[in-house]
Amino acid sequence: MDVSLFIPCFVDQMAPRVGLAVATVLERLGHSCEFRSAQTCCGQPSFNAGYWDEARAVAIHAVEVFAGAEAVVGPSGSCVAMLRVFYPQLLKDTPHETAALDLAARTFEFGEFLVRKLGVTDVGARFPHRVTYHDGCHGLRELRVRDEPRQLLRAVRDLELVECDEPESCCGFGGLFSVKFPMISTAMAEVKGAALDRTGCDFIVSSDPSCQLQLDGWLSRQGKRPRTIHLAEVLAGADA
Amino acid sequence: MSTGTPTTPAAGDAPHQAFEAAAPRLAKKKFLHDAEAHVRDTGHRDFVRRALGGYYASRDLQKSRYHDWDQARDAAAIAKWSAVNRLDELLPRFVAAFEANGGVVHWARDAEEARQIVLDIVRDAKAKAIIKSKCMTSEEIRLNGALEQDGYGVVESDLGEFIQQLRGEPPYHFVFPCMHVRRGEISDLFGKFLGTPPTDSPEELTMIARRHMRRLYVDADVGITGANFLVAETGQISITENEGNARLTAALPRVHIAIAGIEKVIEHLDDLSVLLPILATAGAGQPMTCYNTLYAGPRRPDEPDGPEAMHVVLLDNSRTAILADPEQRDSLHCIRCGACLNVCPIFKNVGGFTYGTTYQGPIGSVITPHLRGLADWNHLSGASSLCGACTDACPVRIDIHHHLLHNRRNAARTAPGRLERLGHRLFALAAVRPRLFACGGGVFRRTLGLMKLLRPPLLREWLATRDLPPAPRRSFRAEWGERSRNATRRPTG
Repeated sequence: MDVSLFIPCFVDQMAPRVGLAVATVLERLGHSCEFRSAQTCCGQPSFNAGYWDEARAVAIHAVEVFAGAEAVVGPSGSCVAMLRVFYPQLLKDTPHETAALDLAARTFEFGEFLVRKLGVTDVGARFPHRVTYHDGCHGLRELRVRDEPRQLLRAVRDLELVECDEPESCCGFGGLFSVKFPMISTAMAEVKGAALDRTGCDFIVSSDPSCQLQLDGWLSRQGKRPRTIHLAEVLAGADA
Repeated sequence: MSTGTPTTPAAGDAPHQAFEAAAPRLAKKKFLHDAEAHVRDTGHRDFVRRALGGYYASRDLQKSRYHDWDQARDAAAIAKWSAVNRLDELLPRFVAAFEANGGVVHWARDAEEARQIVLDIVRDAKAKAIIKSKCMTSEEIRLNGALEQDGYGVVESDLGEFIQQLRGEPPYHFVFPCMHVRRGEISDLFGKFLGTPPTDSPEELTMIARRHMRRLYVDADVGITGANFLVAETGQISITENEGNARLTAALPRVHIAIAGIEKVIEHLDDLSVLLPILATAGAGQPMTCYNTLYAGPRRPDEPDGPEAMHVVLLDNSRTAILADPEQRDSLHCIRCGACLNVCPIFKNVGGFTYGTTYQGPIGSVITPHLRGLADWNHLSGASSLCGACTDACPVRIDIHHHLLHNRRNAARTAPGRLERLGHRLFALAAVRPRLFACGGGVFRRTLGLMKLLRPPLLREWLATRDLPPAPRRSFRAEWGERSRNATRRPTG
């Protein structure tokens, strides 16, 4: 398939390796990737803050940028949920509603795309580590992606997957929530970070770089050992 | 202290009222302050989390006994949906049927009217003593304070509510009012007010309250209860409880008053076949609550017991405003099971009192702005990572976490923060101009190290408790550009 990469703005600036890993995996599976450089932000910060008029302008831009793409694939459950679940609501009863629904049907979260759309679980990766998977809330509850990343991880050579006590509890990032209510956000990171750390894993695999920012931020400050890694980075590690 | 004479408990909702009278505008400040204080109390947070651990286990066990839990949720949601969308038809049907059973119905537009109605009934009955079972609408209308102001003593007969009344605190959680209180504290409390010797046995503590309460039921002239459901077709009210105290509260005093929100009406008696078990399982991890009783009016001539008069107070108190909002109308489905509180990471970390509301947790954050004003209570909608655990837990399928978004949007429309709106406008202006946006992103990335030293607002809040990784040397778009150039060069080179 011809995949148009949806690289969230903070991945663009802060975690380019994640976007590159997505492309590596997809190309290894024989699909072509393009990056439409006019893409900016999905508008979720404004949308979640309640500034829907501002978010709408950004959403229209994104809908236009990705017009005509066969599949739009992004490495963030949260930003993908914005395109798939919230754009149709945000652009309802506007001239862009049809285009938003059309884009929603063609937009996928990375792990979901591999398993549900491409029907692939074994991408030929090797990752000789003990890992646990952190469910990002938007991927889990807006996109209902739960088993797909685990199926992908189980197929990785030499990888040991363990579950933590609270796999489905939130890390507390929540976008601007993390800085508007930093004490609550941090308390949530404590709960989730400690549960993840107790697994004794080497890496915490995530499908959301925003959760990674939060969890790594807390784990690093606490001097805990494990770090997060994006699912795409795990899968990009070739079985040499 | 003599064990024979019960001491009058402390005024139940004094902290509520003091807070409300002092500073409604300061609700957000108080929330931030209390949240900050609460998250530092890790002992308390662990205690509440452990208490909920038992709930999760029994809830999951009971859920597994359903043939299909999600279908049961659908059925419950449909029963509530079809009733909430026909209140105009079903409420009069309930009233006619209940009055045919000999009951009296009163309509209360707001808390003030509701308090007045109850006070008038109490006065007409020449009541001296009042006993009350668990009733969140009475908390909502601040009934205890009003009754006490008029010289009436009110005793809470629900064990948890009784403990909270003795402690002089409002309920911590609208289903588990004293879930934050340790056993030893209860023992000390009973020792102080009831003169009983210390004990660590939950059974003995329950027996102490029971012995104390028995006499009060007999002495009470008026019993006040809530109602979980109002059955339109039969004119009955349904009350769910685990202690049997509501039965005694409704049956022994001369007058029974039930206070219920108008959204409690359901059409059919049959609807209870799904609503009662789902309430028990979602709310407390039980297959069924221990006592589920239907009350159909006062004692009839051929009956040996029951009250001489039975009143139902139907409370609006802004519920019609929620009804008028099609987007959030489903929040009237709420059966007050508390499942959304039990799974909410915000509730678990800030605790019940931090909300400063009658209804805590996610559903409280949705409806409180409607009940008490969006401008003052929108911060509750903001204080959420929008994780959606509440929506998944809701047995009547209220779209809880999306309603938090709707409240945020409504607040931004009606009372935007000027600086905040400017920020979002500038961001949107940049985000539709790709070159400008990429350029801005580059500036952010290159100056991040410096910013970490300068700690401007927002970044400061992040860095207080969390690290931020160093920015990479190049952006994705730069990396991709080079990757593409290499790829096109490769075939020729």
